[in-house]
Amino acid sequence: MIDTFSSISPLTFLFEPITHEFMRRALMVSALVGGVCGLLSCYMTLKGWALMGDAVSHAVMPGVVVAYALGLPFSIGAFVFGVGSVALIGFVKQKSRIKEDTVIGLVFTGFFALGLVLVSKIKSNIDLMHILFGSPLGISQEDVEHTLIISAVVVAILLLFRRDLMLYCFDATHARSIGINTGVLHYLLLSVLSLSAVAGLQTVGIILVVAMLITPGATAYLLTDRFDRMTYLAITSSAISSVVGVYISYWTDIETGGSIVLVQTLIFLVAFLFAPRYGILKPQRNHHI
Amino acid sequence: MNDAVNDSNQLQPFGIEANELCVDYNGTVALYNASLKLKSGSICGLVGMNGAGKSTFFKALMGFIRPSRGTIRINGLEVSKAQRDQAVAYVPQNEGIDCSFPISVWEVVMMGRYGSMNFLRIPRESDRKAVWHALERVELLEHRNKPIGFLSGGQRKRAFLARAIAQRASVLLLDEPFSGVDVRTEKLMSELFLQFRQEGRTILISTHDLNHVRDFCDLVVLINKTVLAYGKTSEIFTSENLTLTFGGLPPDVLSGPATAEGFIE
Repeated sequence: MIDTFSSISPLTFLFEPITHEFMRRALMVSALVGGVCGLLSCYMTLKGWALMGDAVSHAVMPGVVVAYALGLPFSIGAFVFGVGSVALIGFVKQKSRIKEDTVIGLVFTGFFALGLVLVSKIKSNIDLMHILFGSPLGISQEDVEHTLIISAVVVAILLLFRRDLMLYCFDATHARSIGINTGVLHYLLLSVLSLSAVAGLQTVGIILVVAMLITPGATAYLLTDRFDRMTYLAITSSAISSVVGVYISYWTDIETGGSIVLVQTLIFLVAFLFAPRYGILKPQRNHHI
Repeated sequence: MNDAVNDSNQLQPFGIEANELCVDYNGTVALYNASLKLKSGSICGLVGMNGAGKSTFFKALMGFIRPSRGTIRINGLEVSKAQRDQAVAYVPQNEGIDCSFPISVWEVVMMGRYGSMNFLRIPRESDRKAVWHALERVELLEHRNKPIGFLSGGQRKRAFLARAIAQRASVLLLDEPFSGVDVRTEKLMSELFLQFRQEGRTILISTHDLNHVRDFCDLVVLINKTVLAYGKTSEIFTSENLTLTFGGLPPDVLSGPATAEGFIE
C-alpha cells in the first residue's frame, strides 16, 4: 500500500481514477449522498436522534427486499418500512412498560432480521453484501438516477422546512404553542431519514449508513455555535469524506464504505481534539493563578 | 406600540377561563372540576405541589391535551383559535432548554414571530423591529448575536421572555420564572410584569416560591388536582388555604422559600 502511494504522482492519484466511467459515477453519487446525509445529520444530532437513525436505517432493509421482489423502487419500500418501524416503536412504547431505548433496539433488530431472512428466501439479484456494505464502485446508471431523485426530494424538504425543523429540534413546546403542527414535522423528519438511509445504503451500506447520518453533524457541532454554519460544515466535511474515501479505496483496494466512514471519523477526531472552542486541546486561556 | 398584543385578543374581560375542567391521562385523573376566571391585566400566581396539576393546566391552556370534560377559553376564544392568534406564550424553565443548541439570542426571539410569518419563515422588516424592540425591553440588545448558551441563567430567562413579547402574546404562562435568576433579572422581570399588566396581558406564574407570589401577584390560584381556591392574593393567601394546598405543610412556610418536593407521598 505504501509502495502504491510512493510510486504514483499526485496528478495520477487524482486524475487516473476519473478516466473510468464507474469511478466518475462513484465519486458523484458518494459526494451527493454524503452532502445530503451531512445536512440531515445536523438535525439528527441536535434532536438527539442518533439511535433513531440507527433504527430506521436498519429497519429499511426488508423494505428494500420487498420492493425489489415487487419491482418497485427501493425508496418506496424503504419509506414504508422506515416510517412503519418508528410507528411501531411508538406503539409498543405506549402500550407496554418497556423503556424506549429497549423498544428501539428490539424493533430495529427484528426488522433487520426479517430483511436478512427475506433476502435469503426471495431469489433475486440482490447481493446481500451490497446492501450490507454498499458498493459505490459498482453503481448502475439506474441507481444514479434514483439517488438523484431521492436527494432532490430530501434537500427540497429540508430547505422548505428548515426553520420549522430547527424550531422543532430546539423547542417543540413553543412550536406547538404557536400552532405549528409538530406531529407533521416529526413524521417529515422520519420520512426524510428513511429516504436518506436508502440513498446512503448504496454508498456505505446499511450497517454504516448511520455514521453518515450522525458523524458530520457531530463534527460540525464541535466547530460552531451557528446553525446555518453547522449545516455548511456538515455538508462539506461529509462530501469531502466521501470523495477522499472513494479515492483511497480505489488506490488501496480497501472496502469503500469503510473507507468513507473512517475518513469521517478521522475528521471528527481532529475536531474533537483541535476545535477552537470545544476541542479538548483548546488553548487554555485565563489559566494563570 | 411595537409589541402591543395582537388586536384580536385585546379588551376581553377574562384572559383565562376554565369551566369544570377535567383532564385524565389513560384513566389517571390529573385535574377534575377545575373552574376559574382570571381577568385580563392581572398577574396570577399558580401555586401547588409537584403533581398537583400545574403543568397539566398549562398544557391544557396551550392546547396540548384535550380535556375529558369541561371547557377552556383564552380571551373568550377556544384554545385552538387563540393559538392561531398567537395569544398564548409559554416561557420555559431554564432546565427545559437545550443551552448548547447552536442558535443566537436574536434567532431565539425571532422564533416568537414564526407563527405570524409565511410558510418559509422569512422575517419581514416588521418582524425584525418586533425582535429588536423585545430585546430592548429585556435589556439584551447588546447580547443579540451571542449563542444562547453564552448567556447566564437570568439572561436566558429574559431572552425567552423577549420571545413572548415579540410574539405579542396576551396570555403569558411562566414556569418558575424566578428560580436561579440574578438580582438584576429579578428586578427587571418584576418591572416588566407590572408593565404587562398595564398593557392588559394576563400573566400566569407557576411557582413554588410563595414569597414572590405574595409580593407580585394580584391574584392567586391554589391547586391540588382541582382549583381549591382563587381570588385576590390578600384574601386567598391564608395559612389555612396553604395548609390545604400543601397537604399538611406547616403554615410557617410563608416565611421562607418553600420546597414542596419533599412532601409528595
